Amino acid sequence: MAVKIEIPSPLREHTGGKTEVSVAGPTVQAALDDLVRQFPTIGSKLFDGGKLRPYINVFVNDEDIRYLDDMQTAVADGQVVAVIPAVAGG
Amino acid sequence: MATLDFSTGLRCRVCGKLYPKEAINFCKDDFGPLEVDYDYEGIARNISRAKVEKRAKNMWRYREFLPISGEPTVGPQVGGTPLVRADRLADALGVRSLWIKNDAVNFPTLSFKDRVVSVALSKAREFGMKTVGCASTGNLANSVAANGAAAGLETYILIPASLERSKILGTSVYGSNVVAVDGTYDEVNRLCTQIALKYGWGFVNVNLRPYYAEGSKTFGHEIAEDLGWRFPQHVVCPMAGGALIGKIHKAFTELNKVALVSQPNTCKMYGAQATGCNPITDAVKTGKERHKPIRKPNTICKSLAIGDPADGYFAAKLIRETGGWAEDVTDEEIVEGISLLARTEGIFAETAGGTTVSVARKLIEQGRLPRDEEIVLCITGNGLKTLDALYEAIEAPVEIKPALAEFESLLAGREPVTV
Repeated sequence: MAVKIEIPSPLREHTGGKTEVSVAGPTVQAALDDLVRQFPTIGSKLFDGGKLRPYINVFVNDEDIRYLDDMQTAVADGQVVAVIPAVAGG
Repeated sequence: MATLDFSTGLRCRVCGKLYPKEAINFCKDDFGPLEVDYDYEGIARNISRAKVEKRAKNMWRYREFLPISGEPTVGPQVGGTPLVRADRLADALGVRSLWIKNDAVNFPTLSFKDRVVSVALSKAREFGMKTVGCASTGNLANSVAANGAAAGLETYILIPASLERSKILGTSVYGSNVVAVDGTYDEVNRLCTQIALKYGWGFVNVNLRPYYAEGSKTFGHEIAEDLGWRFPQHVVCPMAGGALIGKIHKAFTELNKVALVSQPNTCKMYGAQATGCNPITDAVKTGKERHKPIRKPNTICKSLAIGDPADGYFAAKLIRETGGWAEDVTDEEIVEGISLLARTEGIFAETAGGTTVSVARKLIEQGRLPRDEEIVLCITGNGLKTLDALYEAIEAPVEIKPALAEFESLLAGREPVTV
């Protein structure tokens, strides 16, 4: 088992159409770094100057990482990391 | 008939990239929010006060500023709500000149949301969508359900399970698929983004959001026209997602841009939230550029209970840049605000309106809102929808037997009766 990252449809052109990517890493940061290692063009979409872009939210098993330990939130095998556009609602 | 659609595309508010008019709400490069772009020169050439004034008194008077092609097919009678001169409330608050923009009587579902929904669903039909939906704190649910029913659309409405009963009933009655989610609004919202991305349905505040949000501008257009084609000096507006306050200001700016109003837009914008969910007012008051999201909102003002507002950054920036301010009030103050508005002006607003009135009072007492300048308060929803908030605060009526003597015993000790 590995950590799974759910890729939203607008980013799938960078993952060869994959809806889910298996990654390794003990934290959200490490998991996303592994995603970028596998699919380098997704890097500039998610990060700006090494920081996660402000209009992207990341969830670990449906909990927003800003209410956990942010990018240092621990992830374990079998958990799902979802990358979701933040501009919605209201 | 000549086209009245002057929208030219969707522009990213972060990087400026232009997108065609599609059902998309964020930039594919940086996830920034997309906003409708217009050919304002074209609008200026095609619009005049006389032209607007000849049209029916509803939001489509300002259709050149709305991003739909052809005639609106949903909500043709939305808007045109009263701007009420509020002298008795002005006296109570100790200010000279006060107006209430009263969307508590908007048609058909008694909140400003009918404005945004009519644009979003008209656009959904243009896109050929048959299924639409929303994430909602209540008012939007009512509006999507009602307007969707009238348009013959299938509707999926996701709400936090903890909403007021009247808002849930006032959604289900229209035959919507109502899904009560065991979670906060922000969780419902995230789920809706996932559904919209997966199924391609038209979620009014997700993939149709750029069009949807534009509908709010008509709230501002109407204020300016009803003041005699001019702008007030101050506007106090409730904030949930933080979009409305920006759109009212944008409406003023664009009326000046196309020369319908010659006065430059120097209106100061003030934001109102509940203390139990105050990410934007906190950002303004503590000088944060970006708001800190609130995991578990805790307030009777459920319509404003968005812990992670999508337009929080832009709302806080606008408030700072226009020279306004933001405040939040407790649940007790919200109920006092509802009551004060009802007793002075005969207007029964929902909890968001109570929030706005009490925040205005607080800002006046703080000296942030000047007492001798013109102020407009934005009332965005109807009190009949949030009765739950009032049961404990409002005194039950006196009960008597149907006998004159019993009635007269109530009057004993009071001032002589006037005829």
